[in-house]
Amino acid sequence: MQTFFTIVILLLGFLITFQIAKASEYVAVLRGEEKSRKQTNKINAFMLLAFLVVGLIGVWYCNEELKGKVLDFPASDHGVDIDRMMWITLAITGIVFFITQIALFWFAFKYQESEKRKAYFYPHNNRLEVIWTVIPAIALTVLVGFGLYYWFRITGEAPKNSLVVEVTGSQFKWEYRYPGKDGVLGKKYYKQISEEKNNPLGQIWDDPANHDDVYVSGEPLHLVVNRPVKMVIGAKDVIHDVGLAHFRMKMDAVPGTPTTMWFTPKYTTRQMQELLDDPEFTYEISCDQMCGKGHYSMRGEIIVETQEEFDRWLASKKPKYFSVFPDKDPTPKADTTANKSVTAVSARMNSERME
Amino acid sequence: MGATDIHTGVATTHEVHHDEHHAHHHRETFITKYIFSQDHKTIGKQFLVTGIIWAIIGAFFSVMFRLQLAYPEQTFPILETVFGRWAKGGTIQPEFYYALVTMHGTVLVFFVLTAGLSGTFANLLIPLQVGARDMASPFLNMLSYWFFFMASVVMISSLFIQTGPASGGWTVYPPLSALGQASEGSKLGMDLWIASMSLFVVSSLLGGLNYITTILNMRTKGMSMTRLPLTIWALFFTAILGVLSFPVLLSGLILLLFDRNLGTSFYLSDIFVNGQILPNEGGSAILFQHLFWFLGHPEVYIIILPAMGMVSEVLAVNSRKPIFGYMAMLGSLFAITILAFVVWAHHMFVTGLNPLLGSIFVLLTLLIAVPSAIKVFNWLTTMWRGNIRFTPATLFAIGFVSLFISGGLTGIFLGNSTIDIHLHDTYFVVAHFHIVMGVSAMFGMFAGIYHWFPKMFGRYLNNTLGYIHFWVTLVGAYLIFWPMHYMGFAGVPRRYLDFRGWKSFNEFDDLNKMITIVSIIVFAVQLMFVFNFFYSIFKGRKVTKQNPWGATTLEWTTPIRPGHGNWEGEIPEVHRWAYDYGKDGREFIQQTEPISPNESKH
Repeated sequence: MQTFFTIVILLLGFLITFQIAKASEYVAVLRGEEKSRKQTNKINAFMLLAFLVVGLIGVWYCNEELKGKVLDFPASDHGVDIDRMMWITLAITGIVFFITQIALFWFAFKYQESEKRKAYFYPHNNRLEVIWTVIPAIALTVLVGFGLYYWFRITGEAPKNSLVVEVTGSQFKWEYRYPGKDGVLGKKYYKQISEEKNNPLGQIWDDPANHDDVYVSGEPLHLVVNRPVKMVIGAKDVIHDVGLAHFRMKMDAVPGTPTTMWFTPKYTTRQMQELLDDPEFTYEISCDQMCGKGHYSMRGEIIVETQEEFDRWLASKKPKYFSVFPDKDPTPKADTTANKSVTAVSARMNSERME
Repeated sequence: MGATDIHTGVATTHEVHHDEHHAHHHRETFITKYIFSQDHKTIGKQFLVTGIIWAIIGAFFSVMFRLQLAYPEQTFPILETVFGRWAKGGTIQPEFYYALVTMHGTVLVFFVLTAGLSGTFANLLIPLQVGARDMASPFLNMLSYWFFFMASVVMISSLFIQTGPASGGWTVYPPLSALGQASEGSKLGMDLWIASMSLFVVSSLLGGLNYITTILNMRTKGMSMTRLPLTIWALFFTAILGVLSFPVLLSGLILLLFDRNLGTSFYLSDIFVNGQILPNEGGSAILFQHLFWFLGHPEVYIIILPAMGMVSEVLAVNSRKPIFGYMAMLGSLFAITILAFVVWAHHMFVTGLNPLLGSIFVLLTLLIAVPSAIKVFNWLTTMWRGNIRFTPATLFAIGFVSLFISGGLTGIFLGNSTIDIHLHDTYFVVAHFHIVMGVSAMFGMFAGIYHWFPKMFGRYLNNTLGYIHFWVTLVGAYLIFWPMHYMGFAGVPRRYLDFRGWKSFNEFDDLNKMITIVSIIVFAVQLMFVFNFFYSIFKGRKVTKQNPWGATTLEWTTPIRPGHGNWEGEIPEVHRWAYDYGKDGREFIQQTEPISPNESKH
């Protein structure tokens, strides 16, 4: 019913507008084209100036309303550079914006058609052209200079002491793998991926580097505050993207083409909760490349904590290898009252539940 | 009343050539006159009408998906009535949402802003403004429209199939667009998309070749290249951009078609999808992006250049002043054309490409900002100390400049790879390209339509409706897209239909509602414009002057409703450039008027 009335109102509104428009055309003809044109010129000239004023107020008002929703401060070292770059660019483009928009609408108003004036025949001025070629070129060179300086820093090699973690995207979830004590991610091959065989990443178990790799899925990724993290990123099916808005970082996850990115988180999750006065705060991973109908729901979480907390958490995780081959697991279960066969069964059940 | 300069005297090869056309009488049937017309003016109108229809469809899609964005928790039963299972329970299903955004982009970028803009005005204006009776090959010209029509039919058919149209975004990146297992829209719908776009590319090439040839070879006597109106230069460079870049898109799409149907591995490697291990190895998904954006970037200049040319024209005529810095404007069009080919990878900064490669593209991308800036300054100076008449066309031209400034400046953020890391695939990008392409280029198109409607149909569009159209659209467009920049800074991803599951992106519910409501109003006003357009063709106020705008260019020396062959007698000879407005105290001097000895030089 609501829709019906809305449509009727719109149609009526349109009909009224049309009748007014048609009528005003007749009036213009009757009054004489010259006179009508002069009047509409004045109205439009005034409206152009009004638009400038209202528009500038609107820009200011929009800024007041929305500036608080723009993710405050960056939570990574690179993020600081990126935000600084944004501010510099905003300053330069902002100046250009105000000068040119004001000139545009002011000229439109000031030089509206008038009997008292004739247009000034001014076809070119080469010196002006040179001036307003050189000045933008200089401004842009400054932007390029800063930009590339930060770009090479951000895309350069990750520091030697980085925490390495592999992030794999697939429709529509994130899976993580830590390299374990040897610090080396074991080899994998996509044709080995098998849900039934408990091998979601296709790890090659013959490679000993895989034996201590810890697989994490369905729970947050853990990172260490003030320690660089190097993410080795891939995808199983289509292109995804590891989007980390708070850290200001993102990198595509491409099937068949591994990518990497590194950054250093500056604040633990708890610190962010305090700084933002938001006990519900959590770092999120958003998929930032169209990947299918679940693209908007492909969400991951990141917990940033101290090195001790991280070590404790990682220690509580069993390498995937032992879930697949429970008899290879050297450490007995913490609950020593259970006997070995029960342990094996419960281990297998646990890993099955994780699928 | 501007007199048509009849050039009598010595017959030159030009005239003999034109006389042949002039004496050519062929029997016209309804079909040869209106359907398979080979007259460039009719073909231009065919492109325009088809473009307008597609614009309504594409804009309608955006109203649909904006409903979802503003009211994700609400159901609209009428949607289920119209769209059935695509809107089950009155909510737009995810596959449907993604199909809507994909088709919105595809339809508006290609069918409206490329075919509808270039196709219309290149066809209408090139022969008229260079002084030719028709295009170099009227037959190929006719084919260029009908290939566009066929492309349209194929694309529309994809909307009605069981698995739905392509839904991987208008950029159709593989592997998503290559694998039917990854998405319903990547089944038959994607093959139809590729077929339609292939036909579209053929249409563009046929058109482009015609435009280039006609401009180079069929200018009337005295029309040297540097006396051409800037509109023609813009259309010339646009055609060159298209001819050189569309084939690359076609090659990328053919490889995609092979990967989809013939088991090849151009783009596919190491894929485990939907429980299935695929045999393909060795391909690179990034290869497609290179091939796509090699067209994709020139494409946006293909869209904006004709608009720029027409805006230069409209501003000069209505300021009663020459366009300021004709050679600089020409030079900047040339620079933009060259640079357009070497900036494509700025769409790929976060694909993991070699940082050194990325830095080269940063340099070139920010370089292209320079000629664009020059153009803005020249337009401003054109208006300075002018005597401006605010026809609807003038207003849209002024709006174009404002929107181009806004949208162009945000490009400087995105072109800097460092910032792009954060802003890529966020609403900042959406805001940028909508302002600079979706609105600015559309405004250029509107300026052209309002300005040349009298030439096309011998009638005027209704002025009052034109003013309403302008003001509501200008204000509305800024209300819609300006706040989106903030969403982008906040990292809100694009192509998300629902933010309710997220903690980081939940701040903009009220904003989304406001944007949706404004977009519905703006859409309604466009419908009003479409009504004005079709109504005025038949019932608009008749044009009684041959040169209603007091313009200098050749199209206004033809009869009010030019027939086949454009000029009734000889084609006029040109003696001067196109911008003698306000010279020596005279309002305007047509290009056909000879230079008198006491004229000042410029």
